[in-house]
Amino acid sequence: MKTRQPLVQVRDLSVAFRSGDTTSLAVKGVSFEINKGETVALVGESGSGKTVSALSIMRLLPYPAASHPTGEILYDGKDLLKASEAEMRDIRGARISIIFQEPMTSLNPLHSIEKQVGEVLKLHRGMEDKAIRARVLELLRRVGLRDPEKRLSAFPHQLSGGQRQRVMIAMALANEPDLLIADEPTTALDVTIQAQILELLKELQSELGMAMLLITHDLGIVRKMAERVYVMNNGKVVEEGKTADIFADPKHPYTRHLISAEPKGEPPPMNPAAPIVVQTDDLKVWFPIRKGLLRRTVDHVKAVDGLSLKLRAGQTLGVVGESGSGKTTLGLAIMRLISSKGPVAYLGKRIDGLNSKAMRPLRKEMQIVFQDPFGSLSPRLSVGQIIEEGLLIQQPHLSYDERRARVAQALSEVGLDPEAQDRYPHEFSGGQRQRIAIARAMVLEPKFVMLDEPTSALDMSVQARIVDLLRDLQERHNLAYLFISHDLKVVRALSSYVIVMRNGKVVEEGPSEEIFRAPKTDYTKALLAAAFDLKVEHRGALAV
Amino acid sequence: MDMRTDDKLKTASPSENAASIEVQEKIATTPGFQRQPTSWIGRKRGAAGRFTLSPINRRRWENFKANRRGYWSFWLFLVLFVLSLGAEFIANDKPLLVSYKGELLSPVLVDYPESKFGGFLATTDYKDPFIIDEIEQNGWMIWPPIRYSYTSINKDYPRIKGPEDRCLGFPAPPLWATSAELCEAPADQLARFNELGNRNWLGTDDQGRDVLARVIYGFRISVLFGLLLTFFSSVIGVTAGAVQGYFGGRVDLFFQRVLEIWSSIPSLYVLIIISSVLVPGFWTLLGVLLLFQWVSLVGVVRAEFLRARNFEYVTAARALGLSDRKIMFKHLLPNAMVATLTFLPFNLSGSITALTALDFLGLGLPPGSPSLGELLAQGKANLQAPWLGLTAFFTLATLLSLLIFIGEAVRDALDPRKTFR
Repeated sequence: MKTRQPLVQVRDLSVAFRSGDTTSLAVKGVSFEINKGETVALVGESGSGKTVSALSIMRLLPYPAASHPTGEILYDGKDLLKASEAEMRDIRGARISIIFQEPMTSLNPLHSIEKQVGEVLKLHRGMEDKAIRARVLELLRRVGLRDPEKRLSAFPHQLSGGQRQRVMIAMALANEPDLLIADEPTTALDVTIQAQILELLKELQSELGMAMLLITHDLGIVRKMAERVYVMNNGKVVEEGKTADIFADPKHPYTRHLISAEPKGEPPPMNPAAPIVVQTDDLKVWFPIRKGLLRRTVDHVKAVDGLSLKLRAGQTLGVVGESGSGKTTLGLAIMRLISSKGPVAYLGKRIDGLNSKAMRPLRKEMQIVFQDPFGSLSPRLSVGQIIEEGLLIQQPHLSYDERRARVAQALSEVGLDPEAQDRYPHEFSGGQRQRIAIARAMVLEPKFVMLDEPTSALDMSVQARIVDLLRDLQERHNLAYLFISHDLKVVRALSSYVIVMRNGKVVEEGPSEEIFRAPKTDYTKALLAAAFDLKVEHRGALAV
Repeated sequence: MDMRTDDKLKTASPSENAASIEVQEKIATTPGFQRQPTSWIGRKRGAAGRFTLSPINRRRWENFKANRRGYWSFWLFLVLFVLSLGAEFIANDKPLLVSYKGELLSPVLVDYPESKFGGFLATTDYKDPFIIDEIEQNGWMIWPPIRYSYTSINKDYPRIKGPEDRCLGFPAPPLWATSAELCEAPADQLARFNELGNRNWLGTDDQGRDVLARVIYGFRISVLFGLLLTFFSSVIGVTAGAVQGYFGGRVDLFFQRVLEIWSSIPSLYVLIIISSVLVPGFWTLLGVLLLFQWVSLVGVVRAEFLRARNFEYVTAARALGLSDRKIMFKHLLPNAMVATLTFLPFNLSGSITALTALDFLGLGLPPGSPSLGELLAQGKANLQAPWLGLTAFFTLATLLSLLIFIGEAVRDALDPRKTFR
């Protein structure tokens, strides 16, 4: 390879954050470079400093609190850390642009698509309205948004997550930047959409010849997209090199740990003799659409439409599908947290139609673990208070010391220090918080646990350990899991029977080996291709 | 079990900040999330058993202190309020301590009949020359710095000379503010009048009562009234907002309409009508003002509850079998407290203004009560006596400004996006 000037050169960059009187280093002397037209990935778990490093390039950190004790970022022969705010404004959005993880909140909900995409053009190029409209249309077409003419006046809430991310990309590309920073661009999206967006980014990049800095914790994406990789841990780059080399021969133990972190293991074997814990027959959850002065019901949103399932003790039933397919609604209906039609039986007893008082004794046997370990723990209660909450209701006869003992036992069961019960959730990492949420469910010694995407918000390596923990608990307590996920890798590691849902209906169901080995419907095939190979297949079967 | 990375994340303190920033970023960009862990109640450290502030509250307290104006206003207000609570020991027409015939008496705390000092009345007037003589001869007495209560009339004021040498009555100006001569009076009266403790530092009102004493008592009654009104209206408002926000749907729809109607009633007119029917008194006024004050917090609390009722930890609590009331108290109320707390100082100043307005119109506290509104009305009626209006104005202005400054500081301290310094 001939020597040439890199597009962006980051040398010995440090980032410090001050809160109160304490200063902590988030990034400690990181150096990396990005060549023209190249895709470079920054890989690491949350908290490794990868996002902070990338945001420093655009100087987008919260600056009075953040500072750079050392380092320089050379772009076009200039040190961006010393550039004036006016110079930075010329660079941002025009020469270097960024797409964020969450398309839901990165777009202003009050502005139409045309206005948001056009704004960048107006700011940096001073184009006229007519020219802007033409360029916006061109961009929207380029990023694969269907019917761009109709979408011009649409507002973000009228678009799906994937469509929003496409609009974000169109905004970022509007001025044909030299460098696109993609900060976890697909983490918030469904697997199928993720595959589409990655494909789009790759196409656009080769077409426009821009460089891309990809920030992710997902090594599958890195392998597919990046030419070179920098592995970050604890604010430092621990390993760098060509993608193929790193995957073939990881040197640093941390890299090896990351690469080996995929969820593994086998689900418990099917056991048709085990007692049925939960059974539904033609379960329906319809939300009425009311119209007119008298609010007459004109139609229904059929979130779950005629679902029958059987879940046996010690088994895991995987429910997979894209977002909006009704998976979570199904779970909530079984838990009787939303109203539904059709029989739901728990241990052979009908529980639909029971009021909340009659449900209360059953609650301790049916528990939920949620997706988001940050939202599912009340930040104002200590870990101990969170876990003992169920005990206070279900077993009010326990004394304070007995409760503490039970909480400690639950904590050690999920692999946490029992001492943790006097601390608060924000002191824990995502994986630890998910363990706390699991402990909250387990302390009541349930028979049935609904797991609503319990691993989706976690880093890859943490996911693997949570999966191990769940399997371990299942074995020990003969639990029945309803496992809801769009992540097929995790589903395969846990479920013995899988239901594929779409638009509230079952598309395909069967023992999980069969589904994964020989999917029958195009939709399932497309899901599998997207999840395991990050490929877009059977376009017709998927939403855009 | 392999816990390496989990532990690493936990113990890697230098990167914790970065982690929390990234986490906050993710949280901020995901709908339905808490912005950051907030704990508004102080936490108890198990082993130490000492009551310490949680980190977030420490940060808030630091932020509050960083706002110098609000911080000093807070202390100044607190000092003034605590002092005014002991108004009886600062401005009173009874001595703090009396030694009479070898007996120690505290007239501020106990009512002694006059017979104790050789008189015949049911209560003792310690400013009566006869009683003063009697006590001084058989012991001593210690007076508070200002020897007037809010009802006591300065009977020793010798009247001042106005134009054409006519002797004018009350309201009488403070001596330091006037160059007019005094009318003639007996020597012992003048001696009593000139005693330092008997001075009317801010003049007297139209009935010869000491303005400074009335301001001290008036300050106290205003703040107490404001605090009580704010407290009760917050309790009602938070409850109403909580019920509305938590249950949503039809309950919400119905109560919103009720609130709209209720809050569009011109409250001052209704108050005037009500207070002309009811016998005015502290508690009736409180009740009447409460009718309209509680609305102010409902909207904020309702919004907080609407937002938070779909949080996952609330659903988790429902899955654990908690009752609605428990969920509201334990999980949702703390969320709404930040918004409520922000509004409190402003509500307090609003309450004080409302009371003052009613007093000014003569519809407030019963006649004779020390009240800033009544003082303002006197100032308006006696334009020739500017010390009345000016005193009332400056007292009110100081009080309200202090509260607003405190309110601003509280609001900024509770704003998680604000960084100071």
